[in-house]
Amino acid sequence: MATMTRDETQALIQEVLEVYPEKAKNDRAKHLAVNDQSLEQSKKCITSNRKSQPGVMTVRGCAYAGSKGVVWGPIKDMIHVSHGPVGCGQYSRAGRRNYYTGMTGVNTFGTMNFTSDFQEKDIVFGGDKKLAKIVDEIEQLFPLSKGVSVQSECPIGLIGDDIESVSKQKTKELEKPVIAVRCEGFRGVSQSLGHHIANDSIRDNVVHNRDNDNSFETTPYDVAIIGDYNIGGDAWSSRILLEEMGLRVVAQWSGDGTLSEMELTPKVKLNLIHCYRSMNYISRHMEERYGVPWMEYNLFGPTKIAESLRKIAAFFDETIQTNAEKVIAKYQAEYDAIIAKYRPRLEGKKVMLYVGGLRPRHIIGAYEDLGMEVVGTGYEFAHNDDYDRTIKEMGDSTLLFDDVTGYEFEEFTKALKPDMIGSGIKEKYIFQKMGIPFRQMHSWDYSGPYHGYDGFAIFARDMDMTINNPCWNSMQAPWLKPAEGESEAPMAASA
Amino acid sequence: MALRQCAIYGKGGIGKSTTTQNLVAGLAELGKKVMIVGCDPKADSTRLILHAKAQDTIMHLAAEAGSVEDLELEDVMRVGYADIKCVESGGPEPGVGCAGRGVITAINFLEEEGAYDEELDFVFYDVLGDVVCGGFAMPIRENKAQEIYIVVSGEMMAMYAANNISKGIVKYASSGGVRLAGLICNSRNTAREDELIMELARQLGTEMLHFVPRDNVVQRAEIRRMTVIEYEPSAKQADEYRQLAQKMIDNTNFVIPTPISMDQLEALLMDFGLLDEEDESIVGKSAAEEVVAA
Repeated sequence: MATMTRDETQALIQEVLEVYPEKAKNDRAKHLAVNDQSLEQSKKCITSNRKSQPGVMTVRGCAYAGSKGVVWGPIKDMIHVSHGPVGCGQYSRAGRRNYYTGMTGVNTFGTMNFTSDFQEKDIVFGGDKKLAKIVDEIEQLFPLSKGVSVQSECPIGLIGDDIESVSKQKTKELEKPVIAVRCEGFRGVSQSLGHHIANDSIRDNVVHNRDNDNSFETTPYDVAIIGDYNIGGDAWSSRILLEEMGLRVVAQWSGDGTLSEMELTPKVKLNLIHCYRSMNYISRHMEERYGVPWMEYNLFGPTKIAESLRKIAAFFDETIQTNAEKVIAKYQAEYDAIIAKYRPRLEGKKVMLYVGGLRPRHIIGAYEDLGMEVVGTGYEFAHNDDYDRTIKEMGDSTLLFDDVTGYEFEEFTKALKPDMIGSGIKEKYIFQKMGIPFRQMHSWDYSGPYHGYDGFAIFARDMDMTINNPCWNSMQAPWLKPAEGESEAPMAASA
Repeated sequence: MALRQCAIYGKGGIGKSTTTQNLVAGLAELGKKVMIVGCDPKADSTRLILHAKAQDTIMHLAAEAGSVEDLELEDVMRVGYADIKCVESGGPEPGVGCAGRGVITAINFLEEEGAYDEELDFVFYDVLGDVVCGGFAMPIRENKAQEIYIVVSGEMMAMYAANNISKGIVKYASSGGVRLAGLICNSRNTAREDELIMELARQLGTEMLHFVPRDNVVQRAEIRRMTVIEYEPSAKQADEYRQLAQKMIDNTNFVIPTPISMDQLEALLMDFGLLDEEDESIVGKSAAEEVVAA
């Protein structure tokens, strides 16, 4: 049901590229592609994880965002110090809606902002003494915190602040991990390097901590959820399905996660990865060092959920496999009812996605369950192994765009005329002003969870209330509306 | 007379601080109102004027007070011999923090606090030997020092540094009014040193402003934390600094320098016998290999 042919999509890309100067055109051309399901490797059609062109509008984040904002931040019983000036910590504070249980300020710290609040004198004289003092104060004020991570902002790397020696010293003094993370924002081309740096710091400082401690009683059904940040409660609505199957979820990385859960993860039987991009590194490490295999899964929409539960169950014994079928059967009436209710209202609607780590491909199935089609998709910071995984999920001749620029995104939208766009907060108001229904798909637009069967109900409702919201009929002032019989007015966009 | 802002650069250890302070004492003796701004974390640019070990610096006082906004001008400025005003920017101990940022902060503070008052005739920036980052170029950026003096001697590395500093001046000369105002030779008693430096100056498009001979009285005065002019006004060396001061007052030869290439510099050194003709056949050969070859 693709709306455009391969040639038409290719022509659209060419047309959009026309506006660029030669050098930028050559570069951007490599990041835009027509999907070809027959390809096995995306490197034949698209380039990714490259430096953005100066002058375009990119919505990418930085290494600090990848480490503090994504990987480390949700570990709820540790305190994550944004080391450097106050802005990075304050503007990234609690914005990602990583839900957690606990008493904030007592034994959990997720929504608080800890920063060394660099001043001129700290730049000139170095911030190492201040950092040591902060760690001492943390210990005094929050004795139940299980450890500290030091998240480096840009100036830390520029002045060569020796956070490693402070961390080492304090780890010894407090008998708690104090972990230096070199995630200075200027490193790398996007937040992606920050994920990697954060994974490496967990590898070096956390996962081996209980290698010689056998007090933890394992079971044959131990699994860990990796790369689920519990946005709006996603990990919770995933976890219950795994538990109903008879699996024991030992750890959540890192939504609603704890230091001890991370330390116990090498003892599980299988690591389940939801967001491959941000946590494949640590999963590969645990496979190499501890022989723990890992498996990717997708809990968006009933089709993918059933597929994933069966795939996970196949790794275990018949009991689990039988349980998986029971779980799928148990929820069938529920999700059938959701589809019966919303599919007629959403059938045939077109969606464009431009998000981060896993969603540009993982959510496609959920839209298809509702009769919708994803006509274009792209990632802010993917690598080519992400696009390898995307080619098969997307329809033939659909549009792929990597690190899309503001201009390209708007032009593609005007040409493809999607019924809805799912992207981030920076894109939201542009497209809404163009009269296009929009969902903020980084934090589920303050809704969620979207994972699991419970999440699918909310997902379907949210898509319906966005697309079929009566406000879209009021985009034009009544006196500007065409009279009966006149042709329809153009898009109300002044964008 | 309008305020003249001068910066003194040169290879580390060449005698910038000693020369600057003796020269400034000479200017003060001639009735000029002068301020010295030390731009080196070592903070040794004002000790001969203040008879002090090291002055409290702007950055250290700021760190104690909380921030630089909490300081007043009188907290950081000391007045020494012949009413010479002294400030030190200060900075971290070696190996931590960012000394360059300290210079930037300190100079901005002095401007905002109105340290450059109308009565001043000269401001001297005494800058750390190696211009390792943007912070140490602060004194030669727009609206700061207009005249750059390079202290040099007849040694290869000192001349190499002088040429590099000239390159830096060219960079900022195009965007601002900064100019090379001359070389000051602080003699190391090497052969034909005066001719060599005059030739270097010529090639850089400037002049050797003065040849300061070597004299032990400088060290004797320095042990007493004094300038020669104050310690022994009748010494011959005191007259040398007075001459330098007078030449500086009269100096109007401000140029955009013409830095020379490495080859040109080597040729110059070879002409004066400071460098042997390069023998390509020995490059990369160890002592053992040379024995075998022979």
